[in-house]
Amino acid sequence: MRPFTVHEGLVAPLDRANVDTDAIIPKQFLKSIRRSGFGPYLFDEWRYLDRGEPGMDCRKRPKNEAFVLNDPRYAGATILLTRENFGCGSSREHAAWALVDFGFRAIVAPSFADIFYDNALKNGLLLVVLEADIVERLFEECKTTPGYQLRIDLPAQTVTTPEGEIFSFAIDPHRKECLLNGWDEIGLTLRYAEEIRAFEKAYRARFPFYFIGEEEGEEE
Amino acid sequence: MGKTLYEKLWESHVVRSEPDGTTLLYVDRHLVHEVTSPQAFEGLREAGRSVWRPRSILATADHNVPTDPHIAEITEPIARAQVRALDENIRWSGALAYFPYRDPRQGIVHVIGPESGAVLPGMTVVCGDSHTSTHGAFACLAQGIGTSEVEHVLATQCLVTRRSKQMRVWVEGRLPHGVFAKDLALALISKIGAGGGNGYAIEYAGPAIAALPLEGRMTLCNMAIEGGARVGLVACDDSTIDYFADKPFAPKGALWDAAVRYWQTLFSDAEASFDAEVWLDAHTVAPMVTWGTNPEQVTSVEGVVPDPESFTDPLKRRAAEQALNYMGLTPGTPITSIAVDQVFIGSCTNGRLEDLRAAARIVRALGRGKSERVKRVLVVPGSGQVKAQAEAEGLHRVFIEAGFEWRMPGCSMCLGMNPDQLQPGERCAATSNRNFEGRQGPGGRTHLVSPAMAAAAAIFGHFVDIRQLPGIEE
Repeated sequence: MRPFTVHEGLVAPLDRANVDTDAIIPKQFLKSIRRSGFGPYLFDEWRYLDRGEPGMDCRKRPKNEAFVLNDPRYAGATILLTRENFGCGSSREHAAWALVDFGFRAIVAPSFADIFYDNALKNGLLLVVLEADIVERLFEECKTTPGYQLRIDLPAQTVTTPEGEIFSFAIDPHRKECLLNGWDEIGLTLRYAEEIRAFEKAYRARFPFYFIGEEEGEEE
Repeated sequence: MGKTLYEKLWESHVVRSEPDGTTLLYVDRHLVHEVTSPQAFEGLREAGRSVWRPRSILATADHNVPTDPHIAEITEPIARAQVRALDENIRWSGALAYFPYRDPRQGIVHVIGPESGAVLPGMTVVCGDSHTSTHGAFACLAQGIGTSEVEHVLATQCLVTRRSKQMRVWVEGRLPHGVFAKDLALALISKIGAGGGNGYAIEYAGPAIAALPLEGRMTLCNMAIEGGARVGLVACDDSTIDYFADKPFAPKGALWDAAVRYWQTLFSDAEASFDAEVWLDAHTVAPMVTWGTNPEQVTSVEGVVPDPESFTDPLKRRAAEQALNYMGLTPGTPITSIAVDQVFIGSCTNGRLEDLRAAARIVRALGRGKSERVKRVLVVPGSGQVKAQAEAEGLHRVFIEAGFEWRMPGCSMCLGMNPDQLQPGERCAATSNRNFEGRQGPGGRTHLVSPAMAAAAAIFGHFVDIRQLPGIEE
């Protein structure tokens, strides 16, 4: 996972609440067995006027010029500003992969769906929760200020506007550490393999009825 | 100080906890399907890691599979490749059981888990699918996870997670005739909002929940995620225990007795406290129909399509405008005058035997076939076993005689990853769980309803209040 420390980037405003993961990456693209290559299909049904299919060359497709990510002033945006409950619906991690593949490093919103929150952070995509009225102000500034950028400082847990206003955000220490260092969480957990094995042994003795079909046991 | 059901389940699975609350939680059952697992298996192999406990896995192919009984092979190359990847991955890892495409026990992963007894009360259950919340109906701590977490569970048998806040939804009274768990789920989402359960595990309790059959509890917990909650829960009671008595992977003999003694402790203590409480009176719930593009945009069948101007919150007003524009609906239109092009009966929300019975009861009572204007009615059983039971009861003949299509099991038109899709602009009465834009096919328009409401819409060609139909009393 790519580490996240401090990032300053252009902001694209996606002014919708409850943006679901079906909208972020439609179902036909979930048939891929890879983690990469989803960026061209991000928000496919909003971004293009034709019907998207996996493997299409998106440079030749008719674009929906009214969609924010097709507006030249937001070209190269790396921070998405959006509304409440972003990422709701399906648990598809393809949504996080598509956002990262497109080039987003962070998303700012009043709230995120729980599963999406975990998926994003495990892919180095920082999700910043700010109060709804602050997000409202950022929307106004972003829409009226060409080239509007935000600076997101993960170690300090702050967002700084071009005017120098600073807002703090919360993140739990474990997730922050993982993001700052780009750690592989499986590697971290396997440091406790002995502890897991000991737990499993005691657990199995207490709840043998959860190990039906494993009577011969796996050799550890 | 009593404990909640969630706390009991949580505490029995904690391997270790950090001071900041980050916890390694042991996983009993890992449900695996073809769409969210290939990258996880690949990651595991690339890192030279192995599967910690292969027999914690129950796997099946459900999202991509064609449900047309005349289609033997999956024709679409990338869908076929994904299903084959699952075959190969399970051959590599091993599993408690694997029900591949067209195996008689194959089905939607959330239907086959409980019906095989691979999911049991008190377990922690994960799956790379948000509707894993379904299994909370059996007092399981069950949650949907992403593919990175799938890989993590494969490698470590644990989730790195944090305790959720807890919400109790108390439902007083009893659901009226013609009103089902689906309607209750939608009524609740309309009350708390599509994001109202974010950060929470929801426990459903009260007389109306105790009176619900297990299938109804599954529908309710299934849709916890549509209200934002990753976890839905219902306490274990005698009906829960009875449900598992004859399931293939359920314990037998002395192990069964020991299990039952433990399962009988799986409820929230009277003195337990919750972070949030919501109260609903079941008597006030009517058959519900969504009119918008997220599940909180819903009203009763007696209602009308709302005027966006009636929303005081500017964001909700704009969301309603966008939804009505997408759905092709005019404010003030009575719900019962909305005509449908297709009907879909199935999914992990409403694809079980009880659901098919409820739909068939309506068709039988009305005694006629589908409306001429309805192009297609798909009835997709949730599993091979559901299909066999329904056929043993003759339900399939009721559907076929009414002009409905009787299909093979799978996720089907809930998300249209297989060939079952809406065409742009088509309107569908669906028993599934999401009315998102494009969910059932690009440009498709979805109205979420109960199976009985869907069956009635198929016969009339538009929504009707099933409570007013003659001859459908139970």
